[in-house]
Amino acid sequence: MTYNDKVVRQFVVMTVIWGIVGMLVGVIIAAQLWLPVLNFDIPWLTYSRLRPLHTNAVIFAFGGSALIGTSFYVVQRTCHVRLFAGGLASFVFWGWQLVILAAAISLPLGWTQGKEYAELEWPIDILITVVWVAYAVVFFGTIIKRRVSHIYVANWFYAAFIITIALLHIVNNLSLPVTMTKSYEIYTGSVDAMVQWWYGHNAVGFFLTAGFLAMMYYFVPKQAEGPVYSYRLSIVHFWALIAIYMWAGPHHLHYTALPDWVQSLGMVFSLILLAPSWGGMINGVMTLSGHWHKLRTDPVLKFMIVALSFYGMSTFEGPMMSIKTVNALSHYTDWTIGHVHSGALGWVAMMTIGSLYSLMPRLMGNKVMYSVKAVDAHFWIATIGIVLYIASMWIAGVMQGLMWRAFNDDGTLTYTFIETIAATKPYYAIRLLGGLLFLAGMFIMAWNTLKTLGAGKAPEFKAAEPAIWGEHA
Amino acid sequence: MLDFLDSNLIRGAVLILMILAFLTIWAWAWSRNRKEAFKEASMLPLEEDDGQVPQNDSEKERTKE
Repeated sequence: MTYNDKVVRQFVVMTVIWGIVGMLVGVIIAAQLWLPVLNFDIPWLTYSRLRPLHTNAVIFAFGGSALIGTSFYVVQRTCHVRLFAGGLASFVFWGWQLVILAAAISLPLGWTQGKEYAELEWPIDILITVVWVAYAVVFFGTIIKRRVSHIYVANWFYAAFIITIALLHIVNNLSLPVTMTKSYEIYTGSVDAMVQWWYGHNAVGFFLTAGFLAMMYYFVPKQAEGPVYSYRLSIVHFWALIAIYMWAGPHHLHYTALPDWVQSLGMVFSLILLAPSWGGMINGVMTLSGHWHKLRTDPVLKFMIVALSFYGMSTFEGPMMSIKTVNALSHYTDWTIGHVHSGALGWVAMMTIGSLYSLMPRLMGNKVMYSVKAVDAHFWIATIGIVLYIASMWIAGVMQGLMWRAFNDDGTLTYTFIETIAATKPYYAIRLLGGLLFLAGMFIMAWNTLKTLGAGKAPEFKAAEPAIWGEHA
Repeated sequence: MLDFLDSNLIRGAVLILMILAFLTIWAWAWSRNRKEAFKEASMLPLEEDDGQVPQNDSEKERTKE
């Protein structure tokens, strides 16, 4: 029996490619915010159509490919068994690419459900559901036929991610189709808003957190060459995180028509969420204890430790911003954009890049990438890019919030809205520079990927022998 | 006859059940008879493709148990 690594390699390569595409679109819209004339008055180049393309591409194309690809690798290695239903696994790959292609065409055309992170219209939603069910069959089928008694914690996180995304996707996209390209949500008013942000925040919690924590629990120990700091903490971390995330969504709807008690509930659960988030972060960071010296020579570990640091920072910042009085300042400002990118670039992208740099050489039977120096250069360019991005958006956001709420003695507003935009312009330029640096790093990665994976025919690896221990088999 | 089952009582009962479930998971995870199995489980990512943990990095059993 050999491992099925072909589908893993396909997803890994597409992760890098979609990363470049999605971040390039991000750079374009960042440039448009700085210089609006850059949309050239062409409808499909406008910010309103490219912004959902950017978010869908980086979350579902880049992040999704990374999650599915690594989950197929991790589940085989930790279960000592070949992937269940190889043909179906290929279908998951090609189906997912088709979804991305459909998004890349339909979003610039302006076909949208108008729901953030759920813009894709109903025929694409149905395709996503079919592909996702196939993904679940492959993943859980592999778990079922595993030849290791224990289900490793990373697989628990991947499993929670797969199940919850299926639930979120179906419930939030229930709609009445009118034509092939237009549908109406079945929910109305504040119920629609609540369902949308139940979906939206759990997409953060289960797509962008649980899935990447799975990567963390496999690739950080792998790269550090030592077991996770506390396995039993990882179990409590898992159950606490998935139980609490579900309830945090209302913090996206503070001071809206949503009933006040629901807003308070969302705030309280967001505050509680700090505990499991930091439990997981500390578990990841402490895995490096006894191995810290490796940071001097291994840039892959640097990606991972910086990713965990940003995870800790954004999971502190998030609960803080969910406090109503803080939210009164931060909401609708660029502070939110800064917070999101501290999570998306700092945590999600850095952990993905680190994990892929750990995984790619192993797919070729090696230990390190073609160029370790290029990995190191990528690390520094990406890190500087993130810092510029986040710092500029923090300053811009707090400034906007303070300007919007400034009153004169006679009760009139001190600043017109356009004055706040003019004041933000320099920070948009700095953000553009930060984004450009991060994108530049991805091009270095693409070259290194080509050199590493293109260096010859990938070997086939024999599956490990069964490992049954204890009476827990 | 089930008049005492008003929604607030159910809410309180569910809350207590959830707290108990959490404490049970915690106690189970920290129980002594799981120690050995967790130790073996935590070594899974360190295996090479042959299923063996390489000896080169002879870390002492550093996992906090």
